[in-house]
Amino acid sequence: MHVPNEPTLHKAKDPHTELADHHAVDKLNHEHGHDHGASHGSVKSYLIGFALSVVLTGIPFALTMLKILPAATLIPAILILGVIQIVVHLHYFLHMDTSSSQIWNNAAFVFTVIIVGILIVGTIWVMFHLNHNMHPGMMPGGMG
Amino acid sequence: MSHPANPIEAIKDELKSAYDHNPNDAHDTHDHHHQDEETKVTLGFWIYLMSDCILFATIFATYGVLKDATAGGPNGRELFDLSFVAIETALLLLSSLTFGLSMISMQANKLKGVMGWLAVTGLLGLGFMGMELYEFNHLIHEGAGPDRSAFLSAFFTLVGTHGIHVTSGLVWMAIMFVHLSRRGLTSANRIRMMELSLFWHFLDIIWIGVFSIVYLMGAA
Repeated sequence: MHVPNEPTLHKAKDPHTELADHHAVDKLNHEHGHDHGASHGSVKSYLIGFALSVVLTGIPFALTMLKILPAATLIPAILILGVIQIVVHLHYFLHMDTSSSQIWNNAAFVFTVIIVGILIVGTIWVMFHLNHNMHPGMMPGGMG
Repeated sequence: MSHPANPIEAIKDELKSAYDHNPNDAHDTHDHHHQDEETKVTLGFWIYLMSDCILFATIFATYGVLKDATAGGPNGRELFDLSFVAIETALLLLSSLTFGLSMISMQANKLKGVMGWLAVTGLLGLGFMGMELYEFNHLIHEGAGPDRSAFLSAFFTLVGTHGIHVTSGLVWMAIMFVHLSRRGLTSANRIRMMELSLFWHFLDIIWIGVFSIVYLMGAA
């Protein structure tokens, strides 16, 4: 991740050279050691992220509104495009990456994805079978 | 810095200036402290967002289980107006871009740009909330309120929880506006802006789930 505008912060206004050096070190730390959160990014990267998400939103809306695909293809298509768009947002807007400074953010994220997966898939799986076994032959359309 | 006679006041003063100082000041010796602070606070906020993700996951799972339980009432296909939802989505997406532009102004130390783009973001967010409340009102008047069926209870819970988050984000923006106009781009305000931006982009991600799973799959 590159930080084009940030360094203007630490222009050596300081009269003490020693302190100015100190600032240069800080600046390096800032660029390479502290890439956290949403403080970084450029106009270009935000515009790329925005353009991608417009496309990734537009396609599923168009497919659904124009009724081009049968539901059996449309639903997986909506889900896949949704997941891709989430990844685009995480990268371009929340500035997630694989740099070592983000390791704890990423660890928390991976943990959350696992929990969310267990929660959603587990819930729907259990409840589908519960309904199925409680009312055999009475399910109008199924839960899935 | 002139210290007041009272030692407690002096310490308070010291703490305040350490926390709320402006990094553009020439006498900037607290940098390391602030970098560490920034890293820690941001990770803490990130963990909050992840826990919020789990909250939304439980509500999405509930919706997934109950989406066909319409109790003879209307289903998603009959209720949802996709072009209306497309405009809501466009407002929220645009607001993510304008918040990004506000953050870029912050990196360039342009307070006016930060506040201007923040105001645009807030207005887009208000537009989104206005549309959502209009939709809720419309559904309730059509007899499709949260008490009609399990499907509609789950729908109002999921979309409403997202809406409450967006509203909190708007309140936070209003407070941020006061912070910025009173103190400018201090380190504390920079950290606040960073957190708010994470929060706002996170809500946009939740909305991707909402429009995909609730509206598009409901109409498919």
